[in-house]
Amino acid sequence: MDKLQFKPKSRWREFIGEKFIALSALSALVAIFLIFAFIFKESIPIFTDPDIKEEASVDKMVFKQEFYEGREAKWSWQPNSEVPKYSLLPLFIGTIKAALIAMLFAVPLGVGAAVYSAEFASRRMREFIKPIIELLAGIPSVVLGFLALIVLATFLQKTFGFVFRLNTINAGIALGLAVIPIVFTVAEDAMTSVPKSLRDAALALGANPWQVSMTVVLPAALPGIAAGIVLGFGRAIGETMIVLMASGNAAIISASFTDSIRTISATIAAELAEVVFGSAHYSVLFFLGTLLFVFTFFINLGGDYILGRLKIKFQGRMK
Amino acid sequence: MINPTVTETAAPAAEIPLAFKPKKGGYIPKGLTLLSVIIITVILAVILYNIVFGGIGIISVDFLTHPPEQGMEAGGIFPAIFGTVALVILMTIAVVPIGVLTAIYLQEFTSPDSRITRLIRLAINNLAGVPSIVFGLFGLGFFIGFVGRGMDLLFTDGSGPVWAQPAIIWASLTLAVLTLPVVIVATEEALRTIPPEIKDASYALGATKLQTIIRVILPQATPGILTGAILAVSRGAGEVAPIMFTGAAYYLPYLPGKLNDQFMELGYHIYVMATQSPDVEKTKPILYGTVLVLLVLTFMLNFLAVILRSKIRSKRVNA
Amino acid sequence: MPEEETVLEEENMVENEKKSPVQNETIPDKIKPDKDDGAKTKIIVSNLDFYYGDSQALFRVSLNIEENKVFALIGPSGCGKSTFLRTLNRMNDTIPGTRLSGTVLLDGEDIYKVRDVSAVRTRVGMVFQKSNPFPKSIFENVAYGLKVNGITNKDLIAEQVENTLKKAYLWEEVKDKLNNNAYLLSGGQQQRLCIARALAIRPEVVLMDEPASALDPISTSKIEDLIAELKKDYTIVIVTHNMQQAARVSDNTAFFYEGVMIEAGPTNKIFTKPDKKKTEDYITGRFG
Repeated sequence: MDKLQFKPKSRWREFIGEKFIALSALSALVAIFLIFAFIFKESIPIFTDPDIKEEASVDKMVFKQEFYEGREAKWSWQPNSEVPKYSLLPLFIGTIKAALIAMLFAVPLGVGAAVYSAEFASRRMREFIKPIIELLAGIPSVVLGFLALIVLATFLQKTFGFVFRLNTINAGIALGLAVIPIVFTVAEDAMTSVPKSLRDAALALGANPWQVSMTVVLPAALPGIAAGIVLGFGRAIGETMIVLMASGNAAIISASFTDSIRTISATIAAELAEVVFGSAHYSVLFFLGTLLFVFTFFINLGGDYILGRLKIKFQGRMK
Repeated sequence: MINPTVTETAAPAAEIPLAFKPKKGGYIPKGLTLLSVIIITVILAVILYNIVFGGIGIISVDFLTHPPEQGMEAGGIFPAIFGTVALVILMTIAVVPIGVLTAIYLQEFTSPDSRITRLIRLAINNLAGVPSIVFGLFGLGFFIGFVGRGMDLLFTDGSGPVWAQPAIIWASLTLAVLTLPVVIVATEEALRTIPPEIKDASYALGATKLQTIIRVILPQATPGILTGAILAVSRGAGEVAPIMFTGAAYYLPYLPGKLNDQFMELGYHIYVMATQSPDVEKTKPILYGTVLVLLVLTFMLNFLAVILRSKIRSKRVNA
Repeated sequence: MPEEETVLEEENMVENEKKSPVQNETIPDKIKPDKDDGAKTKIIVSNLDFYYGDSQALFRVSLNIEENKVFALIGPSGCGKSTFLRTLNRMNDTIPGTRLSGTVLLDGEDIYKVRDVSAVRTRVGMVFQKSNPFPKSIFENVAYGLKVNGITNKDLIAEQVENTLKKAYLWEEVKDKLNNNAYLLSGGQQQRLCIARALAIRPEVVLMDEPASALDPISTSKIEDLIAELKKDYTIVIVTHNMQQAARVSDNTAFFYEGVMIEAGPTNKIFTKPDKKKTEDYITGRFG
């Protein structure tokens, strides 16, 4: 039998191909690094440039300022006024207030639906719930913002008689709608990945399904549910279009949830388009972006860490 | 009870009768969690009802094929549809190859426990959690401020910015970075379903790793890659914050024809009409129509992805 | 007595490890099966150790495999016979964390010193336990090996596909549906397609890892007939857990136990009067 004449394989092509794939795989790593580097880079003048420090130093962003001689010192965000004011406190408070309402709204609904789906729902019911959540997750945030601005705000004002049409509650509820899918997905995933052997052990001892849920599944999946809430909080802090459209964008310090608010993300979105390139205002907005990035970065890191530990725990037990 | 000799020799203690309580069925928690599901479902139904009935009236061929008129109070949304499609096509061209190569690297070249894999995975998870407004800042700082300005310095006579300005290429690249995790995760899922025996067969016939990837693995993973691309498009088409400063325009009298043109986009169009219009009541029908078009677009894409994914999963079960 | 026997075995093993390489050289000759009929030796394995990470799977295996004969590897599951088979075409290279020492000579050339692994695999083909056709057409399955090895002549490929399918006695069954997906074939047909696929690049040696274990008796006997036919042109090494099958198809047999090659020789000798007690126990069904 004759041997077939094969072409020897190109060692170079193989080598270059593999290196090319390995290099592409670094893309996500490079992206994260570049995002931080380039956002932080634009905010550096706040720390170094004397002119910009004069206008917006870290001190001025953090502490009470006496903006006009003789008047009471206060925290104020008014970058476009004659005396630019860059106190971050009103923005922080606004961001936290919106996220708080969002979480109050989203956690009971998201976790509740997740518990139902993982513990009580029949197979058919689950096949109904999942697409519902996926549909909700698929609604672009600009659409949620639009609905909060046009429909929800009017409805809430008519029902509860709010003074300000666009307020924290309005923005927070719309924000909550964007958070529900995250909380649901992560929490449900944690509960369904509780090993079957654990459930079986409890069932074999005569526990009914509800007792199994309460005494075995929920405690085991609790870190996962917590991770879902943490990741949802991260989303609520960073979400932009909803709060930009539905919150009223007034940078005031107030404890009331019926007042308007201005969040960090909405401030960047609203002001960056009109800002002078390289000005103090420009640097401060990038600084806000850096804060947002760093904050969500650690939130995600924390959430991932919890979920990673949980996965190891469950898979370790299954062996 | 474990050691029979002990029970025999021990003083015959009278066994305490165990009075088991009859079990309660846990109807209240079941009812409460079911209520969460019902509330979410009702909210979703109200949202969809509101948008569909608010927008269906204005949808017509003319609406879809004509530009806005009279300061957006009349006419259609064709430029925004065109811009959105052009944007996501460019984005897909950029994100799919890199996302697929990353997934191949993670699945075929490294072990899941290696340090580099874990680092890349960490980056992917974090990238998915970066707030979209931060991507906007990144696009402005990196693509326009760094890449664009660098191109201007190298390729133009310096008479004015050609690349260092908001443009469709920069907006689509920004969205490509944002959707990278979506493509990677979907492709990885598809790669995991490929039976290792098939790869063995290829190697045993003298195929190299690169040949096996190109001829066996990639064709098998195509539905998964397609799913990832569709999900990325659906996500990208709904994002507004990342394109606000990187290329989207309020209104353009022409369609984008070059990579450095600006463009109109559905989500941004909604934002602009809802917040900047002098008379929202007058633009409301058009606004609702635009929301409906955007929603139908993203839902159709998501639906397609869900079908494709369930096909892939059922294949894995059969294999 | 049996206990003493195993102890002796172990001592031998330990001694083997201590012995100098020069003394080890003699081992392949000593166990060389069927020296008398003048058959040419195709593969010489000497002192092969194999590790998955830290655990050793093969211990000092030495074996000669003759050209145009069927060589069967038998033993209880987990004894290392499949691992050994995969060392003969370096398929274990694809598993990360594996290590090997010793030599495998193919026509006198150490395959682990060849830089291009795929060149080894084009000479030593493989058929797997579970039929694993590509999700491509029947034609493309058989043509795959030709294409990845740089053959572009369409007529040559078509001719070779037809010849190979005929050789695997599959041609009559599939000639009208060459463009159908291979998954539409029955299990037995799929496995014969996989054999045809391996034969298409005209290897010199064909390794078969329990090729019939997942098949019904009729398909199995077709595969066994095919093996008998193929040995005219190829050297065949087959792993099987089925001793009747080994007895039916093979000329020589080696018995593996816990990573050690206990005994090798002409099949009829191994099955009728083995030298080692362990082999006899296995053959007679006392364990495994």
